[in-house]
Amino acid sequence: MAVVETRDLTKVFKEGALGAVNSVSLETREGEFLVFLGPSGSGKTTLLRMIAGLEAPTSGDILIGGRVVNDLTPRERRIAMVFQSYALYPHLSVYKNIAFPLKAQKIKKELHQAKVEWAAALLGIGALLERKPRELSGGERQRVALARAIVREPAVFLLDEPLSNLDAKLRASAREELERFHRRVGTTTIYVTHDQVEAMAMGDRVLVLNKGVVHQLGTPTEVYDHPADTFVAAFLGSPPMNLVELAEHIVGFRPEHLRPAASVTGDAVSLRLRVENIEYLGAEWIVSGSVGGGRLDGKKVFSRLTSAQGLALEGTYDFAVPQRELRFFDRSTEKRVAPRAVSLQ
Amino acid sequence: MGAAQSPALGAVMLAPAVLYILLLVAGPFLLAIFYAFSDARIGNTELHFVGLENFRSILQSRSFRIAVRNSFVFTIGSQIVVIIVSSILAIVLEKPFRGRGVIRFLVLLPWVAPIALGAIGWKWILDSIYSVISWVLVALHLYKPFSAPMWLGEPHLAIASVLLVHSWRLIPFSTVILLAGRTAIPKDIPEAAAVDGAGFWRTEFLILLPMMMPIISVAVLFGTIFTFTDMTVVYILTAGGPFDSTQVLPSLAFTVGIQGSDLAAGAAISLSLVPLLVIVAYLMLRVAHRAEVT
Repeated sequence: MAVVETRDLTKVFKEGALGAVNSVSLETREGEFLVFLGPSGSGKTTLLRMIAGLEAPTSGDILIGGRVVNDLTPRERRIAMVFQSYALYPHLSVYKNIAFPLKAQKIKKELHQAKVEWAAALLGIGALLERKPRELSGGERQRVALARAIVREPAVFLLDEPLSNLDAKLRASAREELERFHRRVGTTTIYVTHDQVEAMAMGDRVLVLNKGVVHQLGTPTEVYDHPADTFVAAFLGSPPMNLVELAEHIVGFRPEHLRPAASVTGDAVSLRLRVENIEYLGAEWIVSGSVGGGRLDGKKVFSRLTSAQGLALEGTYDFAVPQRELRFFDRSTEKRVAPRAVSLQ
Repeated sequence: MGAAQSPALGAVMLAPAVLYILLLVAGPFLLAIFYAFSDARIGNTELHFVGLENFRSILQSRSFRIAVRNSFVFTIGSQIVVIIVSSILAIVLEKPFRGRGVIRFLVLLPWVAPIALGAIGWKWILDSIYSVISWVLVALHLYKPFSAPMWLGEPHLAIASVLLVHSWRLIPFSTVILLAGRTAIPKDIPEAAAVDGAGFWRTEFLILLPMMMPIISVAVLFGTIFTFTDMTVVYILTAGGPFDSTQVLPSLAFTVGIQGSDLAAGAAISLSLVPLLVIVAYLMLRVAHRAEVT
C-alpha cells in the first residue's frame, strides 16, 4: 500500500483555462524520497498543496495510507509540510514553534518536552530553543521548520522548495543535511523543486512536470540517461541535451558524449564542428559551435569536455558521438522511440 | 541642491505645519492653562489669578465626577465592542465571496459620513416617539404601543445608546486597520497552522491574534483618542442628559465654559483630559517605535 497515491488528479483554477495540474497519477514507495521537478508554473507546488489539503482538487482522488482523503482537512491527513518561507510563527520561541503541532493535536502535555527535545536534538538545534525565529539564520530556520514537521512523527513529509531561500553556499550543506536527515528518519518524503541539481542529488525518483502534465517518473539515472521525451531531455542537464531534427526523428545526445573523434572508440557517428565559443568552468569546458557539412549543417550544438586544450576559436574539428549514446524521439509526438542506425554525414 | 544643504528652504517648507500647530493647537492649549488658574468669565474684562480654586470646585462637583466616569465607560466600553466586532468583520471580509465589495463599502459608510449627520440619524432612530427600533419591537408584540423603552430618556439606556453609537462610528475604521493587518500576514502562516493540526480557533487565537497585536493596539489607541475627545455624539444625542447621566468631559467643558459662561471652570475641565491623552500618546509612540524596529 502506497503512503501517498493520486489518481487522475486535476486542478483547474479558472474555468475554461488550462489546468494547473492535469490528470496526474502517481504512487510513492515506502520510505522513498520523491522529487517533483519542473520549471515555475509547472504545477508542482499545486500538486503538493492538493496532497497537503491546502487546495481542493477539481477532479481525481488523493489517497494517503490507502484511504481517499479528498474531503479531509490538512489536520486530518496527518501529514507534515515544510514551506518555502518556513512559515515559522514569529511570536513564538523555537521551543513553542516545535511544540505547536503537539498542542494542536492535543497530545498530552507531559510528553511535549521529551518530544520537542528529541526533534531538536535530531536537527542539532537544542541550544536554540529559547530564541525567536527572527534571531535565527536561514539555515537554523530551516532546521526549526524540519523539527516542527518531524515532532509529530508523520506518515509523510511534504517539502516545498525548502532550500530556495538559502544562499548558494549554505544550500549545498543544507542539501546534504536533508539527505542525511531523510536517511535517519526514513519517512516517505515528497520534495518540490525547480532545481535539477537538487532533484538529481536527493531524489530516489524524480517526477518531471511541465504545464501540469507528468512527463516522466523515474530514477535520476532514468530521467537523465533515458528521457521520456524532448521536454525532459532539454530540461535536465546544463547545458541541456543536444536535440537535432533528422527526417521524421529528433536525435538527442548529451554534451558530454560529443567529444573529439580521436577520443571516441567503438561504433560512433561523426560530425565536423566549427568552434564558436569556449567557456572554462574549472572542472570542465563547455564548447559550443555549429555543425559544418553533412545532414546537420549549421545546427548549433554543445560539447562538455574535461579539457579543451588543442581547440581554438573558429577552428573546425572532427567530433563524434558513440552510437549507444544517441537518443531518438518521434518528431510529431516528441516521445522517445527505439534506437536505430543513423548517419549524420 | 537638496533641502539638507539649504536651511532656509527647509524652514520655509516646515513653516505652514509649525504655524498651524502654534496657532491652532499650542495657542488655545496655553490659553486654557492660563484661564484654568483665573476667574475668566464670558463678558467680563477683568481677570484675577485664583490658583487652584477652579480645580477644587470642579472636583467637588457631581457633574464632573459623572463626566469622568462616563468618559472612561464610553471609551473603554466602545473599544471593547469595536475590537470584537471589527475582528469578526475582518475575518469575514478577508475571504472572497459574492458581494464582498458591496459589504465592504457598507461597512465603511459610517466612517465616511460626518459625525454630526450620523449622530442626528441615530437621534431619530432612538427618538422617544418616532424610534424605528421601538416601532419594530411594538410590531413584534414585544412591547405594547407607547410603552417601549425611552432609549435616550432613561440614564442606563442613554449610556448604552451613546456607547453603541460611538462603537458604530469606530467599527469601520478599526475593521479597515485590522483587515490590512490580516492581509499583511503571509498566507503560509495560517496554512502551516492548518497542516500542524490547528483548527479555526487555535489558528485565530494562538497564531493570528498575537501576530496582530501591534496593529490592534494602533486601532485601540486611535479609537481611544477619537472617543475620549469626542463631544459631538453626546451633544447631539442627549446633550449630556438625562440629569447629566451621559455627560462626558468635553461636553461638560463646553456646557460649563461656553454655554454657562464660566470660561475658567471650562478650561479646568478640559485640562483634565490631558493626563490620559499624554499616556495614550506615549503608548502610540512606543508601538510605532517597536513596529519600526521589528
